[in-house]
Amino acid sequence: MTASTIGAPAGPPDPAGPGGGGPPVGMRDGRARQVSRMLDRHPRARLFGVLTWPTVWLLLIYVGSLVALFVTSFYRLNEDGTGIVKELGVSNYRQLIDTDTYRTIALRTLWIAVLVTVIDVALALPIAYYIAKVAKPRWRPLLAAAVLVPLWGSYLVKAFAWRAILGDPGGVLAETVGTSPGYGLTGVVVVLAYLWLPYMILPIYAGLERLPDSLLDASGDLGAGFVRTLRSVVIPVLVPSIVAGAVFTFSLSLGDYIAVQLVGGPTQTIGSVVYANFTADLPFAAAYAVVPVVIMVVFLLGIRRTGALDNL
Amino acid sequence: MRISRTAGATVALLGLVVAGCGSDSTSKSTTAPNKVGAGEGALSIVAWAGYAEDGSTDPDQNWVTPFEQQTGCKVTVKTGNTSDEMFQLMSSGEYDGVSASGDSSVRMIDAGLVAPVNTALITNYADISPLLKDTVYNSSGGTNYGIPHGWGANYLMYNSAVVTPAPDSWDAVFAQDSPYRGKITAYDAPIYIADAALYLKTARPDLAIKDPYSLTQKQFDAAVALLKVQRSNIGEYWSNYSASQQAFEQGTIVLGTTWQIIYNLALPNNADLKTVSPKEGSTGWSDTWMVSSKAKHPNCMYMWMDYITSPAVQAQVASWFGEAPANPKACGLIDPAEHCDVFKATDAAFAKSIAFWATPRKKCLDGSGSSCVPFSDWIKAWTVIKG
Amino acid sequence: MSSVPAGVRWGLRAYAWLVLGLLYAPLLVVAVFSFNTGTSLAWPPKGFTGSWWAEAVHNDGAREALLVSLRTAALATLVALVLGTCAAFAIQRFRFFGREPLSLMLVLPIALPGIVTGIALNAGLQRAGIQLGILTLVVAHATFCIVVVFNNVVARLRRMSPNLEEASADLGAHRGQTFLYVTFPLMRSALVAGGLLALGLSFDEIVVTTFTAPAGSETLPQWILNNLNRGEQQPIVNVVATAVMLLSVIPVWLAQRLTGGSGGLTGRSR
Repeated sequence: MTASTIGAPAGPPDPAGPGGGGPPVGMRDGRARQVSRMLDRHPRARLFGVLTWPTVWLLLIYVGSLVALFVTSFYRLNEDGTGIVKELGVSNYRQLIDTDTYRTIALRTLWIAVLVTVIDVALALPIAYYIAKVAKPRWRPLLAAAVLVPLWGSYLVKAFAWRAILGDPGGVLAETVGTSPGYGLTGVVVVLAYLWLPYMILPIYAGLERLPDSLLDASGDLGAGFVRTLRSVVIPVLVPSIVAGAVFTFSLSLGDYIAVQLVGGPTQTIGSVVYANFTADLPFAAAYAVVPVVIMVVFLLGIRRTGALDNL
Repeated sequence: MRISRTAGATVALLGLVVAGCGSDSTSKSTTAPNKVGAGEGALSIVAWAGYAEDGSTDPDQNWVTPFEQQTGCKVTVKTGNTSDEMFQLMSSGEYDGVSASGDSSVRMIDAGLVAPVNTALITNYADISPLLKDTVYNSSGGTNYGIPHGWGANYLMYNSAVVTPAPDSWDAVFAQDSPYRGKITAYDAPIYIADAALYLKTARPDLAIKDPYSLTQKQFDAAVALLKVQRSNIGEYWSNYSASQQAFEQGTIVLGTTWQIIYNLALPNNADLKTVSPKEGSTGWSDTWMVSSKAKHPNCMYMWMDYITSPAVQAQVASWFGEAPANPKACGLIDPAEHCDVFKATDAAFAKSIAFWATPRKKCLDGSGSSCVPFSDWIKAWTVIKG
Repeated sequence: MSSVPAGVRWGLRAYAWLVLGLLYAPLLVVAVFSFNTGTSLAWPPKGFTGSWWAEAVHNDGAREALLVSLRTAALATLVALVLGTCAAFAIQRFRFFGREPLSLMLVLPIALPGIVTGIALNAGLQRAGIQLGILTLVVAHATFCIVVVFNNVVARLRRMSPNLEEASADLGAHRGQTFLYVTFPLMRSALVAGGLLALGLSFDEIVVTTFTAPAGSETLPQWILNNLNRGEQQPIVNVVATAVMLLSVIPVWLAQRLTGGSGGLTGRSR
């Protein structure tokens, strides 16, 4: 197929054809045909038709907002906290660099995000493999759905439930098992790993589903054991899926502030500092928000080649 | 340091491209009205959760609907979760009024976000406790900027089964080698620095602290240092009060600042909890209804301020929210009847001992000069303290 | 499958059920607390009561919030379906300058942490002098929903044989007809899968919502957050959360039937 042989409708679907019956005829059809022929001759017009809307939307609304935020990060709060001084300067960035606390918090958050991602990969691989390749075929969709349901449960309520679970004493774990990590850094990692786990299982499951069984059998026929097949065939094929899941777990962990507040004890993360300063000192919050943006953009550029972005 | 002019201009240009011009043309009112005219049919307010209930939380708690029926002002409520958030919401100029605590009200006055209020137009104003009138957090230069709503003190709560002997000083939460390490809580807001300053006022006479909201750099640094010490003993900071309630009930937290309402709600679930008003005195909050200087519905806002300070409505709010009503006449109508005693609503000596929240600024609030540590520094210090 | 040793099979099975159990345990805790006589989340529960469920039915706030959430999610999904489909056609069927940046830009709203997206949109709207309203909320939600529709549609287009559309053209159908009678039916399940996922994303979103929602109306997550801030409301929230979880089986089941497993999350709909 070449790009110019098949076209897409310009913007919303052409209303020319009324539903049902054979190909309609008449005035409206005639105009539709004219437009159609015009589009046949001008692939650029077709491209323009489909490209304009999403591009304008994203540029104007999203990229525009990011730029506005970036500009704000060069402003500063006045002394008494009564307003924002709209003069461009780098005082916020200077503060970010000069104060150890902000670096510590950024590194801590990065560490949490990495740890959560690693834990989720470790938890997700075996279960995804089980669902896709070991469980009886008629059970597979049901099991996949079972992974999906918790994703629809309210994030807030799950985070609160974890508060009830981790409390020490008085929490579910402490009262039934007798031990609990309590509220703190460990609590944050556990809860975030829990919250984002389905985001990791599902892409890996989908990746495994696409992997033909015949390939695994071939590997076995060639004398490779289970572990060898896993290492040489399965894992390499799964890289894009794993990375796609990691985009979710990493980014969601990097920005979380609600779960952190509920189960983190006094722990501060990038998200909680940005959230607290959003109302107190917007320019500073904007400057600190640039940190996760830079981390994610580097991350995205790094993984572009793996094809993971198509797996999101 | 400024970045270079050209780079600045480029960035600014980019900003303009996407931003358009956001300059506002709404007129600002800087004088109080002489009379309340006809209602505008609508009212949009920023309030603490529980201050303007319309029955959607609990069908029995509804004083907004009767107001709407009486005045024809359709009320829209935006819940503010923190003082900083309220300040920011009021900056948008989209609201007619706010129930501001002292740690945002001074800022709102200074920033010109709120207009002077003619208290003569509020029929219930005469009944309001004189202790709450003409304070540093609701008036400026002899001009009134709001109508008091209700107040409360920050108490020290402790779990008497764990914490022995019973504490009578804030020393309990600031001691370096606390036996309750990891089980202490503190309020999560920059204004909590004042609690440390209040404690140092007695504990470190050499610092000569007079007002915990008017601190010199040296006094401020001492308070921050104390809080950094406290940080290693903190189990969690609280700003969400149900989370704090639950932590005290379960015993994950056994000692720390609290509000009366949290204690009242937690006590049925944990009989060991006790509160004390420490010997150093305590900080507290007193909330004020203020009118936006860009109010689109000022008449409805005046009607609201009169309505919310009437004894019957004060009784409802104070009981539901858990605070001392600003209008003592509410005490006769409140359910439960002992509410005002529990909250010490009519105890003038107690109210006097409280250092009510006020926003620190460079021009000292207590008139001691113009070199006090401004609020922007309090905000930054708070993040650094928590680490 | 023959190549998996029996021991490993059993190990995997036990492990899978363990992880599934872990996924559901917190949800179970919430459900249990919704029948608790006490209002706190302290374990163990004090006693059994169904009164919270009865009370929740009459909670206007929760019902209104549910409607706001559904309306917002529906509108945002609609916008995302149109924009995501357009973007998918552009990227999949054309080669043009800026194609790579566009695909990166599509991913950004979901790849950047919600708090960044939230405060950026808030700053942007404020600068443009636009007041927060239901419309700004819908716009914000649509922005991060575009990519899930896009991914589902683009994956479908990639595997769709061009022959059918060519045949349609050869038989004299114009572009509108070809789209309506050939392309659209082939894409339908991908659209439904992407749409359902967008619906779910929007329905449960709280962070971006916090920064772009107007005063006076709250979405269900906002209602939950506001009510969790009042301890005595905790049981009602538990009831609402449990009910929503039970109801969520419906869209999951729908997505399941249409996508065969991944619920559209991975753009591999059938």
